[in-house]
Amino acid sequence: MDFGPFLFLATLEGLVQAAVLCLIALGLSLVFGVMRVVNVAHGEFYMLGAVLAWWITGWFAGNPAIGFVAAIIIGPLLVGVIAYFVERLILRKVEYDPEATIVATIGILYIVQQLVLITFGPDARPVDTPFYFLIEFPWFGYSGYKLLVICAAIMLLLAVWYVITRTRLGLVMRATQYDRETAQNFGIAVNQVYAIVFATGAGLAAVAAVLIVPIQQAHYLMGRDPLLLSFIVVIIGGLGSIRGTLVAALIIGLSDGIISVFFSPTLAKMVSTLLVAMVLVFKPEGLFGSRSQL
Amino acid sequence: MSKKIHKQIHQQDRRRTIKTLGVAAGVGLVSKYSPSLFPRAYAASEPIKIGAQFHRTGIGASYGRWYERTAAAAVKLINDEGGINGRPIELIVEDDGTDPKRGAEVVEKFATQHKVDVAYGTLFSHVVIGSSPRAGELKLPYIVVSEGHHVASGKLNRYVFQPGITDVKSQVISMAPWVAGNLGKKVTMIFPDFAFGHDHRDYFSTAIAQQGGEVLELIAIPPTETSFTRYFPRVPKDTEVLYHVMVGPGVLTFVKEMGQHFGSKRPEIFGFIDSLEAVDLATPQLEFLEGTYFWEGNPRYAQANQTEYDKFFRAAVGVDGNGASLSDPKDVSTYAHMFGCWETLFIIKQAMEACGYNSAADRPAFIEAMEALTTFEESRNHPQGSKVFNPQIHQSFGHQYISKVEGQRLNVVQKTSIEDGMYEPEGDYTKMAL
Repeated sequence: MDFGPFLFLATLEGLVQAAVLCLIALGLSLVFGVMRVVNVAHGEFYMLGAVLAWWITGWFAGNPAIGFVAAIIIGPLLVGVIAYFVERLILRKVEYDPEATIVATIGILYIVQQLVLITFGPDARPVDTPFYFLIEFPWFGYSGYKLLVICAAIMLLLAVWYVITRTRLGLVMRATQYDRETAQNFGIAVNQVYAIVFATGAGLAAVAAVLIVPIQQAHYLMGRDPLLLSFIVVIIGGLGSIRGTLVAALIIGLSDGIISVFFSPTLAKMVSTLLVAMVLVFKPEGLFGSRSQL
Repeated sequence: MSKKIHKQIHQQDRRRTIKTLGVAAGVGLVSKYSPSLFPRAYAASEPIKIGAQFHRTGIGASYGRWYERTAAAAVKLINDEGGINGRPIELIVEDDGTDPKRGAEVVEKFATQHKVDVAYGTLFSHVVIGSSPRAGELKLPYIVVSEGHHVASGKLNRYVFQPGITDVKSQVISMAPWVAGNLGKKVTMIFPDFAFGHDHRDYFSTAIAQQGGEVLELIAIPPTETSFTRYFPRVPKDTEVLYHVMVGPGVLTFVKEMGQHFGSKRPEIFGFIDSLEAVDLATPQLEFLEGTYFWEGNPRYAQANQTEYDKFFRAAVGVDGNGASLSDPKDVSTYAHMFGCWETLFIIKQAMEACGYNSAADRPAFIEAMEALTTFEESRNHPQGSKVFNPQIHQSFGHQYISKVEGQRLNVVQKTSIEDGMYEPEGDYTKMAL
């Protein structure tokens, strides 16, 4: 394939990856930013979203779009509810202690993963795309659904941005993130905010999963890679910084897409890891993180 | 006088008693130290324990599920017909998680904890390669259904056998002439980046070169990959035949994205059914496969000339004419591979009966009995077809099937002969010490 179309395909792939990564990493970043909790189980909420999408789409025969719409509404909500209870029953009990929460979320990772293995089984399950439309460029064909993924992710990100910057809930969240004790003194129910943020973070990962599952299939081990990539993204972007997370997700997603197409996926992972190392050495707070908030 | 006679009789009785005791003790000793003299009386009710190492979880789980079902069906049949040497088989299944490290642990567990007679098993080549050295050290016969070339390469050890399924090298050698003659000579290969895929890369490249063809590009993909669009641009424009073989949970995505990439302008496509094992061909977005070809170890769809053996095998395992489970038509089997589990169990039975296998002490005799096997005739016990077994490399050679996708099913267009897939042995296990 010639260089031009090759680069075009690489960019498309990179954008799909970046779009999904933005959503997942945003969830991780939000949880860390507000709660100071490093959620190692984040990838499993993503996996749960995909598995629930398979389960929910199974209820509807006929047009796959109906099942998909149901999945993208119900799936993340269910994951959010599960995350809410996880927060109430586990994270709250260990009083959000940084070390304890890491160990606790590792435990949650395995519990969720093994429960899914027991109930859902070890097989990869396909979910139909809501519509099938192949764009035939002169050089290669491309799934129209992938373009929808990019658009949907952008809209969801705009919605999250609106909630955080323009609504009362967002204000409360930002206040809690900025200074927990002062926020509490001003009458903000910090505990409630924590639960909502944790559920939202998990829900964002689940939305990303529902979007991606018609492309990738649901599988109980699928949470590993996104977890790793989102950690890379939030470290580069600055833990807790939403702007940084988005910029880093775009950089990592695009570079991963382009390098994988032109060279190899392994090299792409090496470059991402190298970037993390560079950031940690030269700007440990991340590209957009600020020292004072950490 | 009567006293004397009485004494004599008494002495005779004593002698007889002592003699009888001696014989009894002798028999006891003999039977204790050489149980094979009294096999029936000694162990008629004791089952023969076969440790089955399967992929219940991990990336090979769909194979594992069907391997287990097939093995269970064969064990039931063998037990219903009197077992092995009159003893029933007890199948002890352990999950290797499709992980080589776990695989070796499972072999260890079979030997030390379950104390199995032989181990039997798994598919993924890296698990077999990871488990084999431990089986050799423990002197535990390890009979695999893995398809890779690792057993036949002579690089494992005397305790490892693959009598139930042909290895990749033989498969590709037997099919390369057909590919070159019917599809084209400029080939691009897409394969998983681990031992099994490397077998394809190495042996098909050589085989197609011998047919006057060439491989334009080798595209290796990690078996855990989930997104494949990025790999297809590397397929050169002048590719005549795209050769694909993929494994892992992403196989359906792989094939779908291949269709998306090529759109209506695809080259000829020759794939290994591994790329779609356990996947329904009637899945949406697989329509582009119409008119493409697949290798099948055993034809998934019952053919017009289906043998009575295949019919019997399907019914016993619970598979319909489309290769799907009788209880759930969406649960598609790994039909091209799982026959190997069925056939291997009958081969284990054959070898154990030939050597009068009784206990773990007879393992060397069992190995020698396995090495005395030469052919398996197409039969109920060998429904995939007849095979020639090479004892030097512990590997069977059988027929291969090339099928064309027509109306969302696979129709066999070519059946290779056993001789097509023969090659010079690269080693000799029989010269290794037991």
